[in-house]
Amino acid sequence: MPEILEAFQDAKLSRDLLTMVRKLAAAYREKHGRPMALMEVCGTHTMALARSGIREAVAGEVRLVSGPGCPVCVTSQDDIHRMQVLAAQREAIVCTFGDMMRVPGREGSLQDTRARGGDVRVIYNPVEAVAIAAANPNRPVVFFGIGFETTIPTVAAALVEAERQQITNFYLFTAFKLVTPVLHYLLTLGEVRLDGLLLPGHVSVILGEGDFTFLADQYRVPSVISGFLPVDMLGGIALLLQMGIRGEAQVKNAYPRVVRYEGNPTAKGLVSRYFVPADTKWRGIGIIPGSGLALKPQWEHRDCRYRWPHLWQLEEDTEIAGCRCGEILRGVITPHQCPRFATDCTPVDPVGPCMVSSEGTCAAYYQHLRLAGHREKG
Amino acid sequence: MAHGEGGQLTHRLIQEVFAKAFGRGLETGYDAALLPGWEQIIVSTDSFVVHPWRFPGGDIGKLAVVGTVNDVAMRGGRAAYITAGFILEEGLPLSDLASVVNSMAQTARGAGVVLVAGDTKVVEKGKGDGIFINTTGFGPLLPGAALSLEAMEPGDVVIVSGTVGDHGGAMLVARSGGELLSPVESDCASLHGLAADLLAACGPAVKMLRDPTRGGLATSLVELAEDAGLDIEVEEAAVPVQEAVRGICELFGLDHLYLANEGKLVAIVREQAVDTALQVLRRHPLGKEAVSIGRVTGRGGSLYLKTPLGITKRLERLPGLQLPRIC
Repeated sequence: MPEILEAFQDAKLSRDLLTMVRKLAAAYREKHGRPMALMEVCGTHTMALARSGIREAVAGEVRLVSGPGCPVCVTSQDDIHRMQVLAAQREAIVCTFGDMMRVPGREGSLQDTRARGGDVRVIYNPVEAVAIAAANPNRPVVFFGIGFETTIPTVAAALVEAERQQITNFYLFTAFKLVTPVLHYLLTLGEVRLDGLLLPGHVSVILGEGDFTFLADQYRVPSVISGFLPVDMLGGIALLLQMGIRGEAQVKNAYPRVVRYEGNPTAKGLVSRYFVPADTKWRGIGIIPGSGLALKPQWEHRDCRYRWPHLWQLEEDTEIAGCRCGEILRGVITPHQCPRFATDCTPVDPVGPCMVSSEGTCAAYYQHLRLAGHREKG
Repeated sequence: MAHGEGGQLTHRLIQEVFAKAFGRGLETGYDAALLPGWEQIIVSTDSFVVHPWRFPGGDIGKLAVVGTVNDVAMRGGRAAYITAGFILEEGLPLSDLASVVNSMAQTARGAGVVLVAGDTKVVEKGKGDGIFINTTGFGPLLPGAALSLEAMEPGDVVIVSGTVGDHGGAMLVARSGGELLSPVESDCASLHGLAADLLAACGPAVKMLRDPTRGGLATSLVELAEDAGLDIEVEEAAVPVQEAVRGICELFGLDHLYLANEGKLVAIVREQAVDTALQVLRRHPLGKEAVSIGRVTGRGGSLYLKTPLGITKRLERLPGLQLPRIC
């Protein structure tokens, strides 16, 4: 296995693939009179494309549009507010992934809620929240459940653990997001021209290639499941360009070393044991039917909605004033087109979540592309 | 909180609060200080709040000695004496404390430092995280050491003594309960011997030393570039990293260049002395994988990274701690 992985880190192979991508990109432009527009759906791709230098290397030749694939970024302002209100009541311990702490909400961030006395704890793994519940039997412990198909099975594993240990004070707040419904939404909306999709490797490990065939069948959009090393991403882009030039639309798996056609049935089974699809609100997009998950009725003793129904009676307030993260998440604008980018919105003093998260588009551009004076062309 | 993670926020805190109030802005460019009037004595202080306090390859006690010994060594000194202050949280098992203290004593013996003064305070449960330790180290400046930011010049070579990110990787595995991950041990080790060998062999050809702890190699080099007012360019492919650490970084979406090290040094060395420096370092058990990774390229004050794709990018401090990706 290490030898195989080494091949994917081969610098010469990356440079050869880059040359190939440039040639194919030129052929595509020749044929269509414009660069091919590809969306990388996943926030990890956004960061990896920027970090490796691929985004700069292909600027003007291929148009890379960042998609709604950063879990922290797409979490709605209302859901963050609910967690802040809950923590501020001082009854519950709220557990969350670290990036979520710094997202500015209506009254500061969860970090500010903690500084004001709320018990908000950063965890790396949802099972840690169960351990915190076991150690604090007199207080309800809530896990702020965000993330896509990759993260959700780990939360299901935490529920298994809570049930097994009969820990009654562990609760879940479900703000999960599903990838395929948002792709349906974006492609139906047609707000941004997308000639191809670079599909998220990690999510595909769970879902499998089979769950994405609708992209070719229903929307005729060439799509490639890709890993995250430069060789993976450049190979994926080359395959998309080839399909674009030939006018083909297929879903290809360019990450077969970990992605199977049927995905991971064990993880899928675990998720469907606890959850059913539900409508959920995305930042910058609104409610997409069936794009989230809710706990099944038999697990209502774990569900925040039953324990603290008043949190769903709070006034809803859609977005942060003056923040264009919504348009960034839909791929409508790039960070450079937001007047606040790198002026009054920086990773140290973020205005919106896309600048906070390690998977955020603005954070990726800020860290890797701001100083190069890079501008997205095409 | 993020003000303590060694990134942009830490830098701002030091510049805007500490350097402003205490003056002596120039000394913020070094890990340890020469005492005015006693020019041959080096002193450095550091506090340790690591969680979890025991990790593969070490514990907070070992780290508290090593961290301070290394800071003194990076200024060209050899720590001879150390003081320790403990802040303990009520309820900490005595056996845990004994284990930490024994580890400190053992590490101190190994590093040839003597613990000369100590203090203990206990805070209420909930006001601390088990155990916090502050250590201060003192020692003489080594003969031959002439480390100075002003001596750095274009053409100088950047050397790193071994693989980067081992401590950060080990902490990540320890924190995330990663039983399935390849084991990674912290590189936590006293660098006094390695630094002394290098200084003895190369003398003033060694311009600067740093131990890239919080914020990792990239942050240390950003600071060096800024402090010296010079550009530094690093070849990404030349930076040594353990396969297991690379794997952890891919899994968690982190960058090994920003992961902490506790037993590595970075040296800025005059070009003509590079071969000698590498030979000397590689002869020492802690420097076997020493390698040159880049050079000082010109006036400026920025760090540049050349990626394997041939793209050159400017690197900066991260705002705070790197966090694992969620997706």
